[in-house]
Amino acid sequence: MSMYFTKEHEWVKVDGNQATVGISEHAAHELGDITFVELPQMGKVVKQFETLAGIESVKAASDIYSPVSGKVVQVNDKLEDAPELVNESAQDAGWICKLETADLAELGALMDVAAYAEYLKGLE
Amino acid sequence: MEEMKATPLRAHHEGLKALMAPFGGWLMPIQYAGIIAEHKWCREQAALFDICHMGEFLFQGDIVADGLEDVFTFSVQGIPVGRSRYGFLLNASGGVIDDLIVFRLAEDRVMIVVNAATIANDFAVIRSRLKEGANLTNVSDGTAKLDLQGPLSREVLVGLFGAEIGTIPFFKFITTKILGVDAIVSRTGYTGELGYEIFLPADKVCELWELLLKDPRVAPAGLGSRDLLRLEVGYSLYGSDLDEATTPLAAGLSSFVNLGKEFVGKEALLKEQQAGPARVKVAFRVNSRRAPRHHYEIFQDGAPVGSVTSGAFSPMLGCGIGLGYLKPEAAALGTKLLIKHERVEMEAEVVELPFYAGGSLRS
Repeated sequence: MSMYFTKEHEWVKVDGNQATVGISEHAAHELGDITFVELPQMGKVVKQFETLAGIESVKAASDIYSPVSGKVVQVNDKLEDAPELVNESAQDAGWICKLETADLAELGALMDVAAYAEYLKGLE
Repeated sequence: MEEMKATPLRAHHEGLKALMAPFGGWLMPIQYAGIIAEHKWCREQAALFDICHMGEFLFQGDIVADGLEDVFTFSVQGIPVGRSRYGFLLNASGGVIDDLIVFRLAEDRVMIVVNAATIANDFAVIRSRLKEGANLTNVSDGTAKLDLQGPLSREVLVGLFGAEIGTIPFFKFITTKILGVDAIVSRTGYTGELGYEIFLPADKVCELWELLLKDPRVAPAGLGSRDLLRLEVGYSLYGSDLDEATTPLAAGLSSFVNLGKEFVGKEALLKEQQAGPARVKVAFRVNSRRAPRHHYEIFQDGAPVGSVTSGAFSPMLGCGIGLGYLKPEAAALGTKLLIKHERVEMEAEVVELPFYAGGSLRS
């Protein structure tokens, strides 16, 4: 299963019609210690690149944008009490939510792992 | 753009891979291992802060005859030798030009410790209030300051520099030799923990920094954790919670103002005391892990009542905490507030300071 990234540093991994969403290790590192994750409402319907959730660190509060369109079917409620999971494992155990999604063509607007690595180099 | 200043320890911070950022015109370490880890280290062990950016002035002379007695909101003459006192330098409207600490080094000798961003202006203002020819010197560039803060700070310093340091009570200091040079070790700080501020010549500070960090109980901490630590115990940050448009009365700091003596700004404070301040500083606790942040707006029953001046997620309380200025009618303990910024909203309640009272400060 491949991972795709947005320019705002969210990631998505699609398995059938289910998309798991999180923020990249780079974003977690830049934010510093994460202190709060605003999980989306179950059943919330979002379009690609719309605000999906929120995240706060000791330094800043940021929005999380949805890498794909879909409906929220699961949230990582471990993050309610342990938002530091995002720092520890941004691209795995620190996932934010799962979306039921239909339009795989939207992945074409995202970067694959190699393209995202290139993109990060350009930001340095 | 004005050139950014750096402390003598800049290369040391960079060697430790610190995240560096501007603060009050200085390039300062914000974090090393991480803000929350450094905060925890300070509450449990001994955290070392580079505070060389702060300013120091020396006064030599007759405190009363040279006019120093009337410069601050407290009596300088009344500070016993070997003690220090916190208070304010005010403008004629009673606004805070700076909050500072005065150290009584001798009968005729005083050290004034001020914030970094305000050094030049403070010096000019204090000078202008002294008798012409009075001996006031800005020794900031040649004076370094390291803060060692945390419950283990006393045993670390006693182990390195001898038992006398272990006898210093809160808000007292000693002059002693450290690394062969004259230094001041003061039992003061900005964290709510047992701790010391060490003043010594700038050319010795790297050596002291290295020596302290050899101790496994000591870890470096940046200004990020320092801000969290001070907010948890309710200390004000100049430039955020205090400024020239804010009086000590509005800030709830009248215990550091002696209205029985003369000082610039006294008339304005007396008037404000009579009329009651138009806004007052309050502390509030958020009902979630969300952090209120500077400039977020505060509402009560749908009406705007003020704004946030400092805020953070408190690791000790596990929730958001903050300070802000509100209309007095919204300032009563227990008042329910709504804090808003763009699409972020959080419920909060006015509480008493300090947020966190479990520190080792007076142990």
